[in-house]
Amino acid sequence: MLLIPNPWTEPRPDVEYSYGGEAHIERPKNPEALSDAEWADYLFMRTNAKGISLERWCHTHGTRRWFNIARDTVTYEILVVYPMGAKPPKLEKREYL
Amino acid sequence: MKARYSIFSLVRNALNYHQDWPEAWRAPEPKAEYDVVIVGGGGHGLVTAYYLAKEHGIRNVAVIERGWIGGGNTGRNTTIVRSNYLWDQSAALYEHSLKLWEGMSRELNYNVMFSQRGVLNLAHNQHDLRELSRRINANRLNAVDSEFLTPKQIKEFCPVIDLREKGRYPVLGGSLQRRGGTARHDAVAWGYARAADALGVDIIQQCPVEGFVIDKGRVTGVRTAKGTIKAKKVGLVPAGHASVLANLAGFRLPVTSQPLQALVSEPVKPMLDCVVMSSAVHAYISQSDKGEMVVGAGADPYIGYGQRGSFQITEETLAAICELFPMFRRLRMLRQWGGIVDICPDASPIISKTPVEGLYLNCGWGTGGFKATPGSGHVFAHTIAKDAPHRLNEAYSLDRFTSGFLVDEHGAAAVAH
Repeated sequence: MLLIPNPWTEPRPDVEYSYGGEAHIERPKNPEALSDAEWADYLFMRTNAKGISLERWCHTHGTRRWFNIARDTVTYEILVVYPMGAKPPKLEKREYL
Repeated sequence: MKARYSIFSLVRNALNYHQDWPEAWRAPEPKAEYDVVIVGGGGHGLVTAYYLAKEHGIRNVAVIERGWIGGGNTGRNTTIVRSNYLWDQSAALYEHSLKLWEGMSRELNYNVMFSQRGVLNLAHNQHDLRELSRRINANRLNAVDSEFLTPKQIKEFCPVIDLREKGRYPVLGGSLQRRGGTARHDAVAWGYARAADALGVDIIQQCPVEGFVIDKGRVTGVRTAKGTIKAKKVGLVPAGHASVLANLAGFRLPVTSQPLQALVSEPVKPMLDCVVMSSAVHAYISQSDKGEMVVGAGADPYIGYGQRGSFQITEETLAAICELFPMFRRLRMLRQWGGIVDICPDASPIISKTPVEGLYLNCGWGTGGFKATPGSGHVFAHTIAKDAPHRLNEAYSLDRFTSGFLVDEHGAAAVAH
């Protein structure tokens, strides 16, 4: 079980939250101009990082607000919590094979 | 084959206290070059190597494995085998696999303890019943054995389920695949390793992949902890690290890697002689030959490579098991573990060519790869040898995420992940 901090309350257990997948995937501004491959990349392809994952979470059973976190997917450490719309934080790369 | 296992060899070896059994497979150093290198020594990878050697005459093959044979998800699953999938493409692939299971012990001269004890899926509400009936009809159209059981028939087939309808999960009906069952999972890995080795395949353990040698869009080798190995073709058969390998080869995949957990109880006397699955309550259970109750739970909802599952998932699953089987309430759990599964957006696998020439991919089996082990390796060996998909895995190409022809099998996973 993860103990997830959020910008509004003290850290809460992950059962209160919903996972919203990878962060910073921008909806294409002009979808009709996209090729099938570009559309597939937007829709389906994911970084799925073994290391630092930038992801969206929603505090569903609480403040009901969305936010971003940077999380290590091997050690499960939560490194940074930052608001929606903010630029991704600069973090030292963690690589695992 | 070095030593054929039989009652006579058993007796002969008993005479000298089992001192002279030969090794089941060699432990060679990698050669400088192979025709095909298979990355990943789990069940699917070993079967691929076996069929490359047996059916396609490609014997200069290496299987490289970062850990040890049978130490990954092949040895971490709940060993259930069935083929009652909804869509035509899936039914064809899993049924092909089930037929190979039926002859496996004889073919490999290795007892994989495949036991066709029947797989029972439960329905707890009207919606479950309709879905179940739809799946049974689809199965029968595809010549997959599947039948509907009323609560009374369920009680006869599996007496330990609580059917007093006072519980939280009343049982309204079920589907039964009598040819489904369980197998000894690590015996499957060991049996195929031994059989592939006998055909000349080099099995190289403790050899993690560090990268690929790619020359003008074509793979020519694999960089490993034991040096660079040249290869004409490379087949990737990872369980939970497809994205990591694809990243090294320079392309992206639609999979997410999540921990899926299972647990076993203390061993008890035989009392459950079939497999029971329930998609609504997220639980499946069978009893191993050692007497342990083997319980499969859900996957964590987020990406994780930590090979451990969250506690609330365990709690949810066990709560459902205790409701359905009140007599199991005082069982103590002995072990709990997690394996990393790669789940595709449509819950179907990828068995395909890749954007890199000579590089093939078999991944994304999600929460149900064990049952597909022989069939998956069989069609993947064909894909590698002929550089074109087998009839049964045409639908499972990586291109389906571009074309939109997804095989949406979320409904046929035993539990909704």
